[in-house]
Amino acid sequence: MEFKREDDLFVSGHTACAGCGAAIIIRTVMRALGKDTIIVNATSCSEIFSSCYPTSAWKVPYIHVTFENAAAVATGIAKALEAKGNDHTTVVVIAGDGATYDIGFGIMSGVMERNENVLYICYDNEAYMNTGIQRSGATPYKAWTTTSQVGTVRQGKQEWKKNLTEIARAHNIPYIATSTAGHLIDLTKKVEKAKKIKGFRLINVLSPCVAGWKYPPNLTVKLAQLAVDTGLWKMYEVENGKETINMQPKFTPVEEYFKPQKRFKHLTKEDIEDIQNKVNDYWKNGKGEIYG
Amino acid sequence: MIIPHAKPGTASKNKTGSWRDQEPDINKNKCIKCGMCATHCPEGAIEITKDGAEVNYDYCKGCGICAEVCPVKAITMRKIKK
Amino acid sequence: METMEGSKGVADVVVNCEPDVVACFPITPSTHIAEDLNKAYMDGKLKTYVTVESEFGAISTIVGGSAAGARSFSTTSSQGLALMHEVIFAAAGIRLPLVMVVANRSLSAPLSIWNDHQDTISERDSGWLQLYCETNQEVIDTVPLAFRIAEELMLPVMVCMDGFYLTHAVEQLDIPTKEVIRKFLPPYNPKIKLDPENPITLGVYAKPEHYQDFRNDLDDDVHAAREKIKERSKEWANIIGRGYGDGLIEKYNTDDAERVLVAMSSVCGNIKEAVDELRANGEKVGLLRIKSFRPFPYDEVKKALTGKKHVGVVEKDMSAGAFPPLYVDVASALYSETVPLSSFIGGLGGRDITVNDIKELFKKLENEPVREWILKRELPLK
Repeated sequence: MEFKREDDLFVSGHTACAGCGAAIIIRTVMRALGKDTIIVNATSCSEIFSSCYPTSAWKVPYIHVTFENAAAVATGIAKALEAKGNDHTTVVVIAGDGATYDIGFGIMSGVMERNENVLYICYDNEAYMNTGIQRSGATPYKAWTTTSQVGTVRQGKQEWKKNLTEIARAHNIPYIATSTAGHLIDLTKKVEKAKKIKGFRLINVLSPCVAGWKYPPNLTVKLAQLAVDTGLWKMYEVENGKETINMQPKFTPVEEYFKPQKRFKHLTKEDIEDIQNKVNDYWKNGKGEIYG
Repeated sequence: MIIPHAKPGTASKNKTGSWRDQEPDINKNKCIKCGMCATHCPEGAIEITKDGAEVNYDYCKGCGICAEVCPVKAITMRKIKK
Repeated sequence: METMEGSKGVADVVVNCEPDVVACFPITPSTHIAEDLNKAYMDGKLKTYVTVESEFGAISTIVGGSAAGARSFSTTSSQGLALMHEVIFAAAGIRLPLVMVVANRSLSAPLSIWNDHQDTISERDSGWLQLYCETNQEVIDTVPLAFRIAEELMLPVMVCMDGFYLTHAVEQLDIPTKEVIRKFLPPYNPKIKLDPENPITLGVYAKPEHYQDFRNDLDDDVHAAREKIKERSKEWANIIGRGYGDGLIEKYNTDDAERVLVAMSSVCGNIKEAVDELRANGEKVGLLRIKSFRPFPYDEVKKALTGKKHVGVVEKDMSAGAFPPLYVDVASALYSETVPLSSFIGGLGGRDITVNDIKELFKKLENEPVREWILKRELPLK
């Protein structure tokens, strides 16, 4: 596998933290998409670390407008291309879980319902990392964040993670998939497939965050893989309503996933058991809940 | 009239390599040129040449992911004395 | 000339400006414009029409369209404009030449669907040009002008029309044809746009060493827009045979007047009638209509009002705890002059300002300056 840095459309010199999962995802996505792409970025870490004037890490056209409107801005671009007879350029949103699961969800739901011609990549790092690790709808049950603190009465997030992928699926869009920063061949294949489909496509990508999950930076890829191996993050795609599970969990104990992450260090034996039981119940009986 | 915009790829002038406190040391004899390190590097700082993986130290932030994903353990992280 | 509702006239002229991207969310009283544009799209007269899920989606969609180099349009009112607020500022900062017709309506609370100017006045600091029209014909004639100015200056323009008073009024209107508009409005082809052949990064993050300089440049360009508005208004008036003052202000019996009212939009029709009636009795009264509220025509206003015995500013908006916005700008224009200046706030939430009310205001201008509400309370508040 020969590979030249100069071919990258997302260049070195961006200012993401060392070990950033989002940077891995974005570079992989750009390698799969190619030059004929327009990027719409929601306000996020990725926007700050890639588009600080007067520099840009992007070699494709790029726009950032606000936190919550990337799906609608992308719609406008897709409509402009349609009006001008351009049927080849791919319009792609790159947004975090804050923009996708929470503040931009209403707009995205409208864009999905209308099946606009947009490919939406959510990198889910499970909290508002750009503002300093506040909980989002994507934050997992019991995880510490700066707004789901570990107190004497309550410890960590009290609610289960929102299942965005399934909510998107209920919009009957032509393509939905999940992937992670630790499965780049899978991610590449899914982006290449999605690129060829017309209409709204969502790829929800788990993106470990060194600063927010509090683990050593070399473990980003390993943690993303553990999320799948434990069964916490479901690797699947839904094409025109047909579901395919791309990778079966190995049922690695969830504790192995939690252990390196200080956001989970307050978890009791009972907490871990509780989560493990839910994961087992999901995969074995089709009941209960998982994270992804 | 100024339209606020940035030129493509200009972030490469940010030499983020100055951030690191450790760096990868690649054993070219062990390297099988599989590209795992280059694919997973968040910085895009690794290139696979005919001699094996090459790190561009102008950008390497020293995260150590390359050493972690290398299937033949050809990469070790060495501390930098500042 | 054809008899139609004001909203239909607006939709027709928008179609004739040949926009590429149109996105609207219905809100009273702009709804009929959105509906008529949708019908035009369904009839194949518009290239696109996005039925967005909110006004926030509408403005965001046309921002995307414009950034990709497409002529883009939307319409809204009141709460819809308030919901757009965040993107209103962003659109001006990114320098996108959007045109939006705002059917002016009051802001909640209390809820009211009726006309005043609080919605657009509250967006006055955004970097959008704001052109307030007196009649439906003026709105129709101002839309192509707005596209021309916006695209030349890379600044967004709001064309403001009074909700209901204009939007729902049925009258004889002349719609400039595509052929006529093409003579004045060239195809939009910006140098900077989202184009894979020539990739650039828009919507950048700017640190303290740059942010203020971009804001300063935006401010300079909005100030400089005055001359362009005058120049293009004159050119367009020559083509269609209709004009509205110098494009920035319209003087109505102002030159020899001793007492003058300053106002914007449709209430100016009633003021003109009051002026005519009082003039018939030999009273030296006049009207100064502000069309361009942003940029504000300081020099023109100063020139028109210097030496007057008493000037009153009538406006349908407020700034709680301060003098209202139009008054403040007129006062700024006259800061070096000793012109007695009164402030009249009224017409909020659709309460009519009648010809008789205006005659009362002219009477007040015979006395010392006041700061008053045109209340006309009908029922006591409990």
